[in-house]
Amino acid sequence: MSDNISVKKRESLFSAQNLKLLKGPFNDNNPITVQVLGICSALAVTVQMKPAIVMALSVMIVTAFSNLIISIMRNGIPPSIRIIVQLVVIAALVIIVDQLLKAFVYDVSKKLSVFVGLIITNCILMGRLEAFAMANKPWQSFLDGIGNGLGYGLILVVVSFFRELLGYGKILGMQVIPDSFYQAGYVNNGMMILPPMALITVGTIIWIQRSKNRDLIEK
Amino acid sequence: MKALRNYLDKIKPNFEKGGKYEKLQSTFDAIETFLYVPKKVTFKGSHIRDSIDMKRTMSVVLIALMPALLFGMWNVGYQHSLSIGETNGIFDNFLFGAIKVIPLIAVSYIVGLGIEFIFAQYRGHEVNEGFLVSGMLIPMIMPIDVPLWMLAVATAFAVIFGKEVFGGTGMNVFNPALIARAFIFFAYPAQMSGDKIWIAGLTEGKGVVDGFSGATPLGNWGQNIADHTSFMDMFLGFIPGSIGETSKLAILIGAGILIFTGIGSWRIMLSTILGGVFMTLIFNMFAANEYMKVDPLTQLVMGGFLFGAVFMATDPVSASQTNKGKYIYGFILGIFAIMIRVFNPAYPEGMMLAILLMNTFAPLIDYYIVEANINRRLKRAKKAVN
Repeated sequence: MSDNISVKKRESLFSAQNLKLLKGPFNDNNPITVQVLGICSALAVTVQMKPAIVMALSVMIVTAFSNLIISIMRNGIPPSIRIIVQLVVIAALVIIVDQLLKAFVYDVSKKLSVFVGLIITNCILMGRLEAFAMANKPWQSFLDGIGNGLGYGLILVVVSFFRELLGYGKILGMQVIPDSFYQAGYVNNGMMILPPMALITVGTIIWIQRSKNRDLIEK
Repeated sequence: MKALRNYLDKIKPNFEKGGKYEKLQSTFDAIETFLYVPKKVTFKGSHIRDSIDMKRTMSVVLIALMPALLFGMWNVGYQHSLSIGETNGIFDNFLFGAIKVIPLIAVSYIVGLGIEFIFAQYRGHEVNEGFLVSGMLIPMIMPIDVPLWMLAVATAFAVIFGKEVFGGTGMNVFNPALIARAFIFFAYPAQMSGDKIWIAGLTEGKGVVDGFSGATPLGNWGQNIADHTSFMDMFLGFIPGSIGETSKLAILIGAGILIFTGIGSWRIMLSTILGGVFMTLIFNMFAANEYMKVDPLTQLVMGGFLFGAVFMATDPVSASQTNKGKYIYGFILGIFAIMIRVFNPAYPEGMMLAILLMNTFAPLIDYYIVEANINRRLKRAKKAVN
């Protein structure tokens, strides 16, 4: 009898259930296109790919570790002040990430400007803490954080890829559209650099995703 | 004509359910209804169907656009001959312009209709007829030297993101033709502003007469340079500008056709012009700079104000639907158009932005008009009960 229970409780680190936490945010539960969280930073930092990747990594790290820490503390946090506690954890992590960026990739950190600091107010973080970390075990919460960070990063990378390619003719800062194109009359699309096109690009991704996966369409 | 009808009838079964080309049904339907008034009748209840359907409406608008388009073609040639210092006959000028303009129209139609057909096929809808007019409007509000690929990209953008995203004709929030123009304006500003682009061949500068500027009156005023083009020149359209908008006379003929057939709303046209005049008079009162002193009539005949008021603002889908709403919509539109022109040198033509802005507000205006009406009638009903 007692053996039975212990078998039930032990779950391998990468069981199907846990892998789902990791994969879900890529499609059915993407933080940007399905939950529509963290849109502002997605629009602001996706002009070029390099800052977008750095931003995605920062968000992933902060989400994962804040999820982990809050999940460890979840039974000790008084419900009435939980938001404050969550914010303190997030803010501490964001400051660490910000300092790291300033130390190692200064120019990218300058481009990201306030948006690293604004990770604190990124809805994905609060959303995951409230919805997941407060009610789940540390390891699952950590995976959920990584998954959501990756899902967020995926959209950022896709959007910034198109914006940098069409807006500057470059990918990761390297010229990919040949000079002969420009001589033949090709012009970079100035609108891709403006925030509205980021919104439209995200909208297009949502459109494609929903026409492929009809379950997502609200009745 | 009879033979064509017979031929269509003969091949029709192929496209109906179970036929050979069942999948191309919407394509066939589009062509058939374009050529002939559909014979569809309703069976239940009493329905009165006007003999003029959407495709016929669109054809009338196309006819109304013709004077402006033909004049535009001639003017393209005329402005070009002016710039290289030649005097050509009417026919030569017209031919030159036609050769320049027709590719633009072709590209706009091919790209736009192509996308419409793909979407209709994919979604199993009928092909929407709205693009017949948009496809003509798009080249008419472009500068003549706009590269064809740019026009194609802008048209694709306008049809996909201005229309199909919202569900096709009748669902769009914004005027698709203006979206195409706004797209080029923001994406490729060098091809949509400045004083070189309005005349064919001026950007290359080959054989241009010394001292010839090519700036439009509106462009000059936008940079606060006093412009002395005569009123008559601007009214008749002997000025550089977008293809279809130079001749106010031709536009007024078009307006006459639209109003006479009842297709364009005279309420919107009138209130837009009143709004423009109202704002100009206010500016005249302050007269803080030279641009503010320009009299209302000149403001009206400069740039695309009239073209926008007659052909763009009256778009039945994106404008207000209620009669009272139309007055409000047009009036605010006119005010904004002149305000953007005078206050913002970066956007010399305020009409495009003003119409797009008011398109967003049109449903809101309608909502309040309808609400007010409901409340008024409720009050009346309550009074009657008491």
